[in-house]
Parts: sequence; structure tokens; C-alpha cells
Amino acid sequence: MPTPQTMFDKIWRQHAITVEEDETLLYVARCLIHEGSRHTFDRLDEEGRGVAEPDKVFAFSDHYVPTANREKGLDAIADPKIRNMIELLAANCKKHGIRHFDIDDDDQGILHVAGPEQAITLPGVLLVGADSHTATHGAFGNLSFGAGASEIYHIMVTQTLWQRKPRSMRIAIDGDLPFGVSAKDVILAIIAKVGHGGAAGHVVEYAGSTVEGMTMEQRMTVCNMSIEAGGRAGMMAPDDKTYAYLEGRPYAPKGNAWDAAMNYWRTLPSDDDAVFDTEVSLDAGAIAPMVTWGTNPEQALPVTEEVPSPEDAGTEAGKSEISAALDYMGLKPGMAITDIPVDHVFIGSCTNGRLEDLRAAADVAKLGKAKVPAWIVPGSTTIKREAEAEGLDRIFTAAGFEWRGAGCSLCTAINGDLLQPGQRCASTSNRNFKGRQGLGSRTHLVSPAMAAAAAITGKLTDVRTLTEENRS
Amino acid sequence: MKPFKKLNGIAVPFDQANIDTNQLCPTRFNKVPIGDPDYPKILFHDHRFNPDGSEKPDFILNKPPYREAEIIVADRNWGGGSSRESAVYALAAFGIKAVIASSFGDIHRNNCLKNGLLPVVLDNDICVKLRQQIHAEQGARIGIDLEAQTVAGTDGTVYPFEIAAVPKRCLLDGLDDVGRTQEHQSEIDAFRDTYREQVPFLADVRAE
Repeated sequence: MPTPQTMFDKIWRQHAITVEEDETLLYVARCLIHEGSRHTFDRLDEEGRGVAEPDKVFAFSDHYVPTANREKGLDAIADPKIRNMIELLAANCKKHGIRHFDIDDDDQGILHVAGPEQAITLPGVLLVGADSHTATHGAFGNLSFGAGASEIYHIMVTQTLWQRKPRSMRIAIDGDLPFGVSAKDVILAIIAKVGHGGAAGHVVEYAGSTVEGMTMEQRMTVCNMSIEAGGRAGMMAPDDKTYAYLEGRPYAPKGNAWDAAMNYWRTLPSDDDAVFDTEVSLDAGAIAPMVTWGTNPEQALPVTEEVPSPEDAGTEAGKSEISAALDYMGLKPGMAITDIPVDHVFIGSCTNGRLEDLRAAADVAKLGKAKVPAWIVPGSTTIKREAEAEGLDRIFTAAGFEWRGAGCSLCTAINGDLLQPGQRCASTSNRNFKGRQGLGSRTHLVSPAMAAAAAITGKLTDVRTLTEENRS
Repeated sequence: MKPFKKLNGIAVPFDQANIDTNQLCPTRFNKVPIGDPDYPKILFHDHRFNPDGSEKPDFILNKPPYREAEIIVADRNWGGGSSRESAVYALAAFGIKAVIASSFGDIHRNNCLKNGLLPVVLDNDICVKLRQQIHAEQGARIGIDLEAQTVAGTDGTVYPFEIAAVPKRCLLDGLDDVGRTQEHQSEIDAFRDTYREQVPFLADVRAE
């Protein structure tokens, strides 16, 4: 009897060209890049090399694009150095024959939002992105991970990459999600459990009835933040929802090729007896809406809790870690999380900038008026159009939220969208690191519904207390 | 890539766990070209400098012996977060040649290896001990011998470390990956043909 394999094993094997001691040379089926890939192109120029398979490389203008005055195109950008990043990517893609979703493209968007929308992301592929949130694509049942400029350079030149095979981890989440609890809360609860570096060196497969019950958009939110647990990649078995999402999209196989693909994709899920190096399990029913209080994503708690005290830590190192985080965040030990006022709200990013996220936020926005600046930034121009077609933009603007253009916006904070020093933001993005949203900025990671709740109350709020009366 | 063989350098302690790549290189510096003369100022920029550009004298890298540091001794999860390789360029431009920690962000560790910067994994209690030594004697040197896979503390105690065979050889010889991959070109070409036959629906990329 053949040895049972994990989905990770199957995809790895399908893409393994050769082995040299502890490293495997892998064939890269898709490579995604963005404006930040300038160092890679600079090196191609320096060494006079071309791109091996430009049809398998896709470029997205997302990190540096402005989200205001987009009708002006590049002229919306005041800073010539930011403008230069977008122009550089366009010139480099033209030179090397790479499909580029540029600032004025109808399908422009964040690489981890637009890639799946275009079905550039498919089950079974090995996909490498020039961005750590590339794990997002694993929601479709593939092996997707981020890499730095040197590894992307190697892929551009050879369409391959040397890797040491990571270990495997299965995180099983079972049960129904309670009212008011979203995919974002699930992944924040996972990170709080395994730790910021807890899945380092591992490819994580998320499984269990909760995952099976999720939509593709929810699955992408979970896989997206695998890197915040340190995971090399995150993945989920493809199923009928996966295929229904992909069918008919621009880069999806068509006709007979689609049928052949479906037959192949159905062989991908991990075998029943497959063994994982590490197993973690989580009860969905015990998860509450989550909020990060500190300066890394593992410093997260249910919204009903209080800000921790350094005294809660068992070790000196732990005490100083909490103390440093509270100091930066301007919080006092023991204060209720729901007593923390916010100055700004950001709803968007590759974690939570999809249509369902905007719908969840709009359902809460309907209940009041924004008390602080609250930005809605769709993850792609396609989503912006779809949201407008169903009137979400009008719900937001009527509630005093700001409806903006698609891009990374306040998640990367290098495109003109920036918080001021000391400003506190309820944000649906993925990183609460010091200075991430601007020098001295303070970030609380939350779900779209929780962010919208913070906008209409002006403080971190348990969204369930606002929406319970509307509970069906 | 410059080879890495042995190093006996001033070591600087970073006691906090979870120092992410945003701290090593704030995102706004990702667009700076590698050879830029200001590159040495990028490392820990927002911790080292005030908004007016003046130095923060209390930050450890601004203290005299550590301005010449070549080794960082950190805690757990060094370099988690963003895949930005600029974090490694910033370390290198400052003069850092090796980082010792009890664990690393996977992408950052790979990025270090591709730039000739040695990531050394030692148990956390050894990292703590090494940091105690270099706190006690500021400007003290730590020795690293890659061939022997050892780190020597300031008291002469030698600690062995693990490193995979291929990255070790690449660091010792200063080998570029593309060179060794091209030795497999015929295998890559054959693989590509097989891949097209077996999974044409993944291999053929076109929009309709």
C-alpha cells in the first residue's frame, strides 16, 4: 500500500525537479510580484539576464498606488519617488513581457486579491510571491509562499527555486462559528494560541468542519495570516466551493482542460491517514471577536477581556515584552479593551478587503455614523465596482465613512496613506508592528465588522452588542 | 556573494523577542536602491534617529562600541514578518555579518543566506548567556567558525550549531544560486516537458 500523503507532499512532489543534499529544486508554476520587486529587476539589468517564462510571472501595482483621486492616474501621486516605483514596474514589465495589472487597469488590485480573482491562482500549483502574505493563495489548495528579492530573481531567471522541505502542521478547527465571529477572529485566535513564530518552518494545512463551512473569501482571510504565526505557507483542501469560485474566471482552464483539471484537483486533498509533524486543534465555538492590544499579532485577546499586566507574565523576559508593548501602545494594564478610544478606522488590505468583508462592515455601518475618520479601501478595482453595483459605497458614505480606490493603503502605509505619530487605528490589516501604519502609529487588528463598530462608537467595541438585536 | 568563513567581531545584544523586519527596515525605505550612500542609516532607522534626523543616543547601535558591531545576539523569532530583503541589505550596510538567535522568520533567514549573512540558531538559554556576557563587557567579541559550526562566547566556551549542508557550502564558497541551478538545465528542460504533459491545465497560462 502506498504511503499516505499530505496535500503538501503531493504538490511538492509534482514540482520537484531534482534533489541536491538537503535541498530540492522546485518548478515554480506562478510567480507574483509588485512595485517592491525593483531590486529584482535592478539585478536582472546588472547581470544582463532575461526572464525565463514571462507568461508565468504576474505583476500588480498595489503597495504604492494612491487610494484617493484615482481618476487622475499617476498624477494623483504627489511624491515623485512613490510615482517612480509604479512607473519602474510598468517599464520593467514592458521590457520583459510580463502581464502587469497597472494603476489604471480595470482589474488592478492587491496581488493576493486580484490573483485569485483572475484565477491566476489555481489548485495544485506551486506559487511564489514577492510578499510574505502569499500564503493567502493556499486557500485554493496549492503551495504558495513568499520570498525575498534574491529568490524572486532566481525564479525570474530559471523558473525554479531551491528549497529545503518544511515540516507539516495541521490546524483543525471544528464547530460552528458563533454569532459575530468571523474568519479574521479565527486566525487571530490561532496566532494567539500557537504564537507569532509558532508555525515557523512549517507548511500549515487548515482543516476541520469550520474550514469546510467557510466561503472562499473567508478561507483566504485565514490563510493570509499564516505568516503571522510564522508559517511558511497555509493551505486548505480544494472542494466544490473552490471550483465554483474559479470556473469561468479569466485565467481558469476552459472546456476539456477544465474537466481534466477538476479530475486532477480532486486527487489533491491529504490522504485520510496522512501524518503531520505537528497537530493543533481549536474549537470554533470558543472563539470570540478578537483584538490585538500589543505590537505583534500574537498579542491578541477576546474583545471582552482586559489589557494584560506585565505581572501576568511568568518570566522577566515576558514581563518586559508586555511592558514595552503597553508603553508603545499607550495602554494601562487592566483597562477594558472596550474602553480604548480610536482615532482612525481602516477597512481593507489583502486580509480583509474582499466583497464579503465590505458587506460585513456595511451591515454594521448602517447602525450609526462614523465618529472618527473611517476608510473603506477595496482590495481590487473589480471589488470596488462590484460593491458599487450593490450599493455598498452609498451605505458607507451615508454613514460618514470614506469610500476610496483599491490598493494596500494603510496596511503598507507607503503610498501617501499614513497615520500621524501617536494615532490609534482599528485596522482590518494583518500587522500591528511598531510604526507599521506610519511613524509612531498604534494598530489594533480586528475583523471588518469590529472595525466598523469602532468607527461608529469611536472606541474598540464588541460588535455583538451593536448587532444582537438584528440577530436572525 | 562574499564568502563567509570565520568571524571574530564585536557583538551587540538585542534582548527583545519578535524583532520584525519592519523594525530592521521601515517600509518607506524599501524603494531605496541598494547602492545608495544613505543605506547604512536604514537599519533600525526609527529606533536610531529622531524625526529631525538627529541620533537617539540611548539606542544601543548608537553607543560607541556597537557602532562597529558585526554580530547581533538576539532572542526568539528574529526577522519575522515582511519578506523585504531590504532588511538584510540594511543589516549588511551597517556592517552586520551574522545574527545569532534561538529562531528566525523563515523568509528572513533565507534572505540572509542569499546575501552571505550567517543566521546562527542556538538554544535560547545560550543566547541569553551570550547576551549577559556582552552586556557585562561592552564591545566584547564573539567568534564564529562556519567550517567547524561553532560559536565561541567571550569566556571561551564553544557552542556547536547546526546548518544545512547546501547553504553552508554556498556561504563558505560565496556561491551564487543561479550558477548551481544552471548545472541542472537539462533536467529543468526535461521536467518542463513532463509537467506540460502531466498537468497541461496548470502549465498553459492564458486568459480567455
